[in-house]
Amino acid sequence: MSLIGSSVKRVEDKRFLTGKGRYTDDIKLPNMTHVAFVRCPNAHATINNIDASKASEMDGVIAIYTGADTAEVNGVPCGWQVNFKNGDTMKEPKHPLLAHGKVLHTGEAVAMVVAETLAQAKDAVEAVRVDYGVLPAVTDAKAARVDGAPIVHDDAPGNLVFDWELGNPIADVDAAIANAHHVTKLDFVNQRVVPNAMEPRSAIGHYDDALDKYTLYTSSQNPHLTRLLLCAFVLGIPEHKVRVVAPDVGGGFGSKIFHYTEEALVIWASKKINRPIKWTADRSESFLTDAHGRDHNTVAEMAFDEAGNVLALRVKTYANLGAYLSTFAPAVPTYLHGTLLQGLYTTPLINVHVDAVFTNTCAVDAYRGAGRPEATYLLERLMDTAALEMKMDPAELRFKNFIPAFDGVEQAGYQTQVALQYDSGNYEPVLRRALEMVGYEDFRAKQKEASSNGKLLGIGFSTYIEACGIAPSAVVGSLGARAGLFESAQVRVQPTGKVSVYSGSHSHGQGHETTFAQIVADRFGIPMEDVDIVHGDSDAVAFGMGTYGSRSLAVGGSAIVKSMDKVLEKGAKVAAHLLEANVDDLDFAEGKWTVKGTDKSVAFGDVSLTAYVPHNYPEGLEPGLDFSSFYDPTNFTYPFGAHVAIVEIDKETGKVSLKRFISVDDVGNVINPMIVDGQIHGGVAQGVGQALHEGTIYDESGQLINASYMDYVMPRADDFPSFEVDRTVTPCPHNPLGVKGAGEAGTIGSTPAVMNAVMDALSPYGIHDVSMPVKSEDVWNIIHSNS
Amino acid sequence: MIPSQIAYQKPESLEEALNCVGDLGDMCKILAGGHSLIPVMKLRLADPENLVDITGIPGLKEISDAGDSISIGACATHADIANSRPIHSAAPMVSKAASMIGDIQVRNFGTIGGSIAHADPSADWPAVLLAADASINMQSRSGSRSVKASEFFLGLFMTALQTGEIITSIDIPKSAANANSNYEKFAQPASRFALVGCAVAADNSGDALADVRVAFNGVSATPFRDGGVESALTGSGLNDESISAACGVAADGVDVMSDHFASSAYRKSMAAVFAKRALKGLS
Repeated sequence: MSLIGSSVKRVEDKRFLTGKGRYTDDIKLPNMTHVAFVRCPNAHATINNIDASKASEMDGVIAIYTGADTAEVNGVPCGWQVNFKNGDTMKEPKHPLLAHGKVLHTGEAVAMVVAETLAQAKDAVEAVRVDYGVLPAVTDAKAARVDGAPIVHDDAPGNLVFDWELGNPIADVDAAIANAHHVTKLDFVNQRVVPNAMEPRSAIGHYDDALDKYTLYTSSQNPHLTRLLLCAFVLGIPEHKVRVVAPDVGGGFGSKIFHYTEEALVIWASKKINRPIKWTADRSESFLTDAHGRDHNTVAEMAFDEAGNVLALRVKTYANLGAYLSTFAPAVPTYLHGTLLQGLYTTPLINVHVDAVFTNTCAVDAYRGAGRPEATYLLERLMDTAALEMKMDPAELRFKNFIPAFDGVEQAGYQTQVALQYDSGNYEPVLRRALEMVGYEDFRAKQKEASSNGKLLGIGFSTYIEACGIAPSAVVGSLGARAGLFESAQVRVQPTGKVSVYSGSHSHGQGHETTFAQIVADRFGIPMEDVDIVHGDSDAVAFGMGTYGSRSLAVGGSAIVKSMDKVLEKGAKVAAHLLEANVDDLDFAEGKWTVKGTDKSVAFGDVSLTAYVPHNYPEGLEPGLDFSSFYDPTNFTYPFGAHVAIVEIDKETGKVSLKRFISVDDVGNVINPMIVDGQIHGGVAQGVGQALHEGTIYDESGQLINASYMDYVMPRADDFPSFEVDRTVTPCPHNPLGVKGAGEAGTIGSTPAVMNAVMDALSPYGIHDVSMPVKSEDVWNIIHSNS
Repeated sequence: MIPSQIAYQKPESLEEALNCVGDLGDMCKILAGGHSLIPVMKLRLADPENLVDITGIPGLKEISDAGDSISIGACATHADIANSRPIHSAAPMVSKAASMIGDIQVRNFGTIGGSIAHADPSADWPAVLLAADASINMQSRSGSRSVKASEFFLGLFMTALQTGEIITSIDIPKSAANANSNYEKFAQPASRFALVGCAVAADNSGDALADVRVAFNGVSATPFRDGGVESALTGSGLNDESISAACGVAADGVDVMSDHFASSAYRKSMAAVFAKRALKGLS
């Protein structure tokens, strides 16, 4: 009986599906107060005056704080430093808890109202009078770099956070492009999207003066890091006096990795009023203040020889980081984007240049895929466009340029031109399998037939690689990370042989309580019900770096394996003592230690009981069976795959419909295929969402004009066909589980596959690019201006 | 999201309700299904001091056959309407439009009376009621009156409903045209309201089309009957050529709305496309 590779139903679903999950907003503490924020309606303004006199006299109002009150408190820090090309330190203006003197984006909080009830807090918010001096705003990164553009921070000239370059010398790349047989060039926007987690952000700050201890309940993917930033950088309160709990969290997609101002404010104000304080975002606040994703403005050029071999790649990107630097913002367009531009191809020369730019918008940070979708989008759009321009088959063009297979054991890892060394890969089979599933040979005939019936069908390809299992601490440290990216896990075998696992990973939809329990139950040979996974509480779990970057299984799971190794090593000593045998003569299988070649055995539960009731016990051995481990990976992991989309366009309306979606992913070894499929499905939905539905729209004054579900288009179930999903397995050679990570694959591969399919459908009209999200009107204009 | 403080009343008879709204006048809003009003109150875009909930009034939810028309109570939900056999026989476009509103939850709560009183020009009901030549029955404590849909929808969120009046029912005439009717919509992808909604009804029992009614919502700030398309079709047969020719003038001379989903030029073209699709669904 192996639980590994088995689609065990999710342990956590019972409580989620019956409405019994416990989210931050479900928590009600005695004597708790409520917060509502006064948020600025302008994108860029001076705060001339705040009059809270009427509001402060309203029923139930306890306190009103403004930027003047928090002026002496540190701002929210950035967790990653990327310096200018010339070595200058990146521009890192203070991100104040409440705007003071100036507001830099719509929705920035200028006052915090604490009241007995939420309704009273909201009523008082309306009574706070703020006199703003409205300033010109800039929301587009490229526009922000133009001379004369509004300046977001006075100490960041030209709105530049930093400029950055990676890869081969630009002169070599320029020369290769200048002399190439063919150059494909795309100038496009990878648009800004809003994460839209189902659960809005929420935080409760509770200062307990009897214990002089703080507790923060927060909807976070990353409770320990939040504690570290809160204590060491923002409030300067002692870390051992702060407990951070991230209970059930309803999705994050990256947006809940970061430490937000509201978390610090509820803790800070809770001590001031000596009562617990709760804040929960409403959906409008989520749109305006959850860190957004993407927003790259890019020119990408790929050079080919006559046979279709890629010779060089040149990329210039303006990355919009918003008004303030969110926790991991500088890493996204650089070390999570530039480093992935090798893709699956043997491109010998690559140069990428990034201008990271301040604008009068909400911060942009990691959003499902984080940099890797942007890299994959440009590579894969270039590939299909080049195939079209060079009249080559897009699948064949990829086969021609794929890096040959390497397992990372017998063959070395693959050293890219952009810093990373891929661990193991075998790229041709994923695309071959995808072509087989889609019936590629028949598709072109069907497409012709559809065309003669007035329908436009299109097929699009995308092959991708991502860097997951984030990350080897020393490597990321050398690249500017201000934190390690290891993970911790404690495996506590209870006297009765039941197991509690304390993981620093955080599950907010990923199903850790199931997958991790499968690993532990399988290894110890005990039922899954005997394993409990504890996460999201800094008082229970030693330390954690949270969940993002498809790291939980590869890094957090490996930490669990390390602790299980220690349990079994010590358990064997106890077993050997009980069996009166040598440790070397024992085998452990199916939940018991057996003396090789005999039927003498002792069960896991008997050993654990002996460890806690050590009457008959090995001399010198400590009692107990409880081990902690920290696992720091030696490399990133590199999942890869091939996605194929088929779209149909209604010529009368321009509406694009996704007809089929095929995904063949290689995420290394798979613990729970159902959960991995679910991750792929959700990821694909978000990736397709970016291609066909989602995207922010700012007006000239900097207003986000589609900040509601009446106007922001979320993909819905009826927008999708059933996904056709398959896998190949190329194990990761450097972690004990051989796993690579599956959380972001769907998002990374799907966006360009769909856009390539749209372009293929529109190829009769001589069009090589349309903006995302694809608007029916844009497609209609293409069809009707050319026919 | 939490609205400002409100006083709430739930009368148990129409008389009581009429007295309530008569006394409160502009100080109150009438609450039925709440699917237009409550969202704007939560966003504090509407801030009524009083809510008069009319869903407790007996009979206001009823759908009944009144001989030469079908009477739909103002508090009938979209789901009630979508599932009504008499309505489907009398005017299939009414059932179809009801089934295309929002999602299941919205259809189970939202009411026809509430929707038309709100008068969002992109909602599905206006075009259907215009094409059905429906009458809207209203009452105040000083009496009752009935107006045709064409005199009810006056503009963006504006109707003929006066302060102190409650919509009590909507009459859908039984006619050959209504029995041969259809509704098609090009949904706004986020809200699924109509970017363009077109309702058509036409008597095709004789040698040529008669009693042709074509109406649009989503296209302009006021939902409208399209006289150009109607007269082009009247007296002709129902075929690809006649449909094509008639739809060529769809929304001509109308001030067409524009937003980030559809410019006015595109919207006008879609009006023609969806009129064509609606007409092709007629027999």
